[in-house]
Amino acid sequence: MKFERYGIGIAKGLTVTIRHLFRHPTVSQYPEQRLNISRRFRGNELVWNKEKCTGCGTCAKTCPQGAIEIVTSTDMTENKYVVDKYQVDTGYCINCGLCIESCPYEALYFSHAFECARYRRSELVQSKDDMLETPERKVSGYFYPDKANKLPEQTLLVEKVTEKR
Amino acid sequence: MATIELNIYNLVNFQSIPPDWPGGFWWHWLFFTVVIIGFVLTMVMGVIYIERRGMARMQSRLGPNRTGPFGLLQPVADAIKVLLKENIVPDAADKLIHWLAPVVAFAPALMIFAVVPFGNGVLLADLNVGILYVVAISSVSTVGIFMAGWGSSNKYSLLGAMRNVAAVVSYEIPLVLAIVGVVLISGSLSLNQMVVAQDVPFILLQPLGFLLFFAAGCAEINRSPFDLMEADSEIVAGFHTEYSGMKFAMFYLVEYAEAVAISAIIATLFLGGWRGPILPPWLWFVVKVIIVFFAMVWTRTTLPRIRIDQLMAFAWKFLFPMSLFNLFITALQVLAGWPTELVWAMIIVNFAVMAILVLVWSKLFFKLGRGRIEV
Amino acid sequence: MAVRTEPFVLNMGPVHPSTHGVFRMRVTLDGEVVVDIEPIFGYLHRGIEKLAEQRTYTGIIPLTDRLDYISSMSNNFAYCLAVEKLAGIKVPERAEYIRVIIAELQRVAALLIAVGAFLNDCGAFFTPFLYMFRERERIVDLFEMVSGQRLTYNYMRVGGVSQDLPDEFMPALRKFMNMMPRFMAEYDRLLVQNEILIARAKGVGILTGEQAINCSASGPVLRASGVKWDIRKADPYSIYDRFDFAIPTQTTGDCYDRYRQRVEETRQSLHIIRQAMEQIPSGPVRAELPQLIRPPAGEAYAHIEAPKGELGFYLVSDNSIAPYRCHIRPPSLINLTALRDMVRGWKIADLIIIFGSIDITVGEIDR
Repeated sequence: MKFERYGIGIAKGLTVTIRHLFRHPTVSQYPEQRLNISRRFRGNELVWNKEKCTGCGTCAKTCPQGAIEIVTSTDMTENKYVVDKYQVDTGYCINCGLCIESCPYEALYFSHAFECARYRRSELVQSKDDMLETPERKVSGYFYPDKANKLPEQTLLVEKVTEKR
Repeated sequence: MATIELNIYNLVNFQSIPPDWPGGFWWHWLFFTVVIIGFVLTMVMGVIYIERRGMARMQSRLGPNRTGPFGLLQPVADAIKVLLKENIVPDAADKLIHWLAPVVAFAPALMIFAVVPFGNGVLLADLNVGILYVVAISSVSTVGIFMAGWGSSNKYSLLGAMRNVAAVVSYEIPLVLAIVGVVLISGSLSLNQMVVAQDVPFILLQPLGFLLFFAAGCAEINRSPFDLMEADSEIVAGFHTEYSGMKFAMFYLVEYAEAVAISAIIATLFLGGWRGPILPPWLWFVVKVIIVFFAMVWTRTTLPRIRIDQLMAFAWKFLFPMSLFNLFITALQVLAGWPTELVWAMIIVNFAVMAILVLVWSKLFFKLGRGRIEV
Repeated sequence: MAVRTEPFVLNMGPVHPSTHGVFRMRVTLDGEVVVDIEPIFGYLHRGIEKLAEQRTYTGIIPLTDRLDYISSMSNNFAYCLAVEKLAGIKVPERAEYIRVIIAELQRVAALLIAVGAFLNDCGAFFTPFLYMFRERERIVDLFEMVSGQRLTYNYMRVGGVSQDLPDEFMPALRKFMNMMPRFMAEYDRLLVQNEILIARAKGVGILTGEQAINCSASGPVLRASGVKWDIRKADPYSIYDRFDFAIPTQTTGDCYDRYRQRVEETRQSLHIIRQAMEQIPSGPVRAELPQLIRPPAGEAYAHIEAPKGELGFYLVSDNSIAPYRCHIRPPSLINLTALRDMVRGWKIADLIIIFGSIDITVGEIDR
């Protein structure tokens, strides 16, 4: 005799839900409880290395959104380009990471910061000085494994045991 | 014309009012009206909190926990928010009906509590037809809901209201038949007398009646799995799609006030109402109401929704014959004098009867085509 | 006596709780019964096919993320396969394995969402949906670890993947794989035998195998109708011919079968991942390619078995850095053509669950 039609399925479902009542919830409370983000985090901001950049403009050419604007002039005495203007409109940026991968001189990184909300649209534009590495604007390990290994390890939900109390 | 003067003293059983109560009936009336309104509002807030937190925990979430300690003030915050919202009335709406509908729906939900005892004799009116009054009054909200559906001139609202009317009309019958079993055993229609008669909670004497009443009650007040009158994934919000602000708050209140009311009726009819050891009677009553409500939350969290034709078929092909059987068997047992003499035999027999009937009728019900009826 | 009734038109969507995005259905109803339905879409049109003509071959990959945003990795995979076919690029061995693992994980994640959303449409108040989301969260965590993002991964590249897997990936994946069967069993307990779900979904919205083939449906929708067609077996791409897996099929093609089909496919995906985890070699993950790819003039069509069905990319090259034409065959759109046949004569509640059981993403329909 099969008991499939006599409310057994409903009873089984009810046991599953009631068991969840006594388990730890999976969620975390964001502002108090901060999880570590990925070491390769593709963040909202870019970090630019002033010394390494040669002003070649590969990043600007690669950007699918055209969010990077770079203006250079030639420094005849030292025989190299000087970056006059380097500006990223993070409002247009889709965080695809192609600029970072294409940079031949390892001068461009993602930042590891994720709380980059701004009140105005114009504040989203990062100029040259807003792109340097600071303690708040740490470098993310995207495309640079050596930098990734220095960052704190990502919090994973698989590590979080929710079955037992 | 003094002979046909409506005398309130004839309608109300006055045993419950203390003889030294100052001012007599009207003080009693005023006091209990205030108590009932306060009770319903606090209970609604409480059950909203319980539903949201309990459901969240069953879904592996936390639920509201920011407003006040443990999020206890969340219903208050919600109430304030919803009261401050703009009241939008659709252009094509029937303004008067649209305005009147929440009131018509809300009043009956409150009026049910007039006959629900919070303690021995602690109630507004110990009507000797108490349960009949409950059944009669609780169907009135349907009128309000249909007014809402019709008055807001929205197709979703109309569909929801039509579903609601169809469901309530069908489910009233098994609901009443399930009550009759309890009435037969207790020998009274007064809710207070029913509680007094429950030396053994009637859930043990009437297990099938309890199941039927629970299912029919859930359908009556649009709780899942019978919540297809406001099925959010199908018809957006059903009859209150076009309501906002205070009027929406009224409907929201109605929904939970009715849930509390049905929980209170179930607690009174089947779980022994205010009776219980140690704790004061009103606390027992509240605890039982919350337990019943939690069972509703639990089913809501787990079960999918059924379809309108299945809903009707469930009422007419499953609940209705089952409640007839239940009534018949209970009547036989009462005739044989079991409820007073052979209580334990009755418990065992009734549980066996419930198991057999549910099994047999489930099979038959599936043979009847699982409820697909042509419309 | 027959009651004279009059049909009326109900606009479902574009903003409706269960149209899975901005999708609109003009439904002609006779009371509760659906007489006719006319799907209207285009509310999410972004012109991805046209935009692709102005971007470099690498620059299109972020665009493909935004097609079916629930399974971005599969879209990346299909597109990269198309470009590799066009330019004749050989992908390193390790990259192939990484791609398969990631794509199958993505399939699990997308099918979980599909099942959860379907059950939510049935009216199980968010519970299965949230449970499934919890499991998807675990997968998304892994994706975040490898690619740095949680929705638009943009991980695969032409000729491989963007970076190698991090060291902590494999232990985490192993942990997930050990966990998953237990959760699958729990979901089965929760609703598979549920009488209400069976009453709601069994025999509802039947799509016969013949009908499914006629409207060129693919993926779980096709296989639930009993047609054994899976591109991973029928036209093996990447390295799928190396793995041992079954193609589950169902018989009747109703909503319940489509739901069961998705659950079974999840099991098969886990099986493939387990094999790939054992076999994965070490080595480079990206073929040596120039910054800008210039495939020879010609055309190529590559298709994969995406979670929703056959996802194809058709590229025409004129030997420049951008494709001359990029056409996308979205599974959602083509599966959706079966909707009208399935819903006529059923009720509104059935319309919602049939629509949910097809499992569409509007980002893919409108492109």
